[in-house]
Amino acid sequence: MDVSRGASHAEAAPSTGTTIVACTYKGGVVLGADGRVSIGNYITNRASNKIAPLAEYIFLCRSGSAPDTQIISDNVRHYLDQISAESGEEPTVEMAANLVRLINYNNKDHLVGAMLVVGWDRHGGGQVYGAPIGGTLSKEKWAIDGSGSTYIWGYCDSEFKDDMTREEAEHWVMEAIALAMTRDASSGGVIRLVTLDGRGAHHTYISGDKVPQFVGDLPFPAGASPAPFGAPAAQQQQQQAAEAGMVIG
Amino acid sequence: MSGIGTGYDLSATTYSPDGKIFQTEYAQKAVDNSSTVLGLRCKDGVVLASEKLVLSKLLVEGSNRRIHNIDRHVGVAVAGLAPDGRMVANRAWDEAASYKRVYGEPIPGHVLCERLGSYVHMFNLYWSLRPYGATMLVAVYDKNGPALYAVDPSGSSMRYFGTAVGKGRQAAKNEIEKLKLADMSCREAVAEAVKILHKVNDEEGKKFELEVSWICDESGKQHQRVPADLLAEAERQAKAALEDSDMDD
Repeated sequence: MDVSRGASHAEAAPSTGTTIVACTYKGGVVLGADGRVSIGNYITNRASNKIAPLAEYIFLCRSGSAPDTQIISDNVRHYLDQISAESGEEPTVEMAANLVRLINYNNKDHLVGAMLVVGWDRHGGGQVYGAPIGGTLSKEKWAIDGSGSTYIWGYCDSEFKDDMTREEAEHWVMEAIALAMTRDASSGGVIRLVTLDGRGAHHTYISGDKVPQFVGDLPFPAGASPAPFGAPAAQQQQQQAAEAGMVIG
Repeated sequence: MSGIGTGYDLSATTYSPDGKIFQTEYAQKAVDNSSTVLGLRCKDGVVLASEKLVLSKLLVEGSNRRIHNIDRHVGVAVAGLAPDGRMVANRAWDEAASYKRVYGEPIPGHVLCERLGSYVHMFNLYWSLRPYGATMLVAVYDKNGPALYAVDPSGSSMRYFGTAVGKGRQAAKNEIEKLKLADMSCREAVAEAVKILHKVNDEEGKKFELEVSWICDESGKQHQRVPADLLAEAERQAKAALEDSDMDD
């Protein structure tokens, strides 16, 4: 292999060049991630799970270096386990976020992990924390990270609303990820969502053929499904294309 | 007093035939002979009150502190050997600071007191150390609400609605049992605490000072000295109540 051309995989470490998205809504939180893991142009896993459980109602969305974020998630899960055994209480989302942040900050020379800590606890309800590379911690109403997130800041800024319903929030997260997957080569495959509302954790898996396609001027591909949470415009567009008998060979 | 534990009381690592560790019991005596300290847990917070005998006219008023701040949301009143109490209070400060650094939130009261109990207990295990001759009354207001704990020289840590330690503890506890603490505000409890301390003080002619602190909704959930005007009013009421009961006699 000619190393001088393939600079992006000179280190040959798998990267979750990724899109991760999370937002609060009235009554809880929704978090989501794409499924692509790649080394350069080779997709090592097209349906990976980038959402790691830290506690019963606390999850970590991982982006950056895959091994780094896996180790961080394992360690934080262990620390949360220990402190909840000592205190006899469920850990709070803030505690989990702080632990992730401390690992990022204290090891900033060695780690490349951009993560979202998202969860629900009985003291603060649904919460979203951004824990990017370097060791910042920021509590937000919504957060996005990963390579694909650069393409959807405009969408997220303009479409996010306070106090959305659960369906609106799930649709916002899913559509943001689908849009990023359209433009970012390092994001793609499948979409995974988790919704937390204090009553439980609801997992949704959207397989590749069910991911909404944003094809712009191109004719709508035959056989592809409309958006699962029922975005009316996409359904209409698909119907029109089907009626016109458009087929991509 | 001498001869009680003859032979079995020389070290903390020796049991007596009837299952006591005399060194621990003697440490408890140090607390029992100190001036009275009491704590009241009310519906909106906790009040700590300590009686301080003024040993010399040369002492600056307010010196010789017996109530310490551990964190914004935790305060500790010491009964027994004051320097011993200071060591334990410093440990509590350490625990609270390191917990906040790691977990990002104020240390919960029950976690702090369990750790403090374990720490104090350790000094009952080794021949080369002596038990702390101090009981800590811990007032805390955390995410689970207000709570009062007592950590004694044996290392046991118990949670109370109201309690007293020191010379006047029996009489004080009798008075505390008459109070309906669950319906009382901290403002009202300050007056009651001062009244009780004046009542159980039996050092005729000896001047004494009161150190009173609270942590409640009114104090912004922060542990602090009771406002000077409230304390002055409480002292006035206490002295009036004593005169009334003197007249009845």
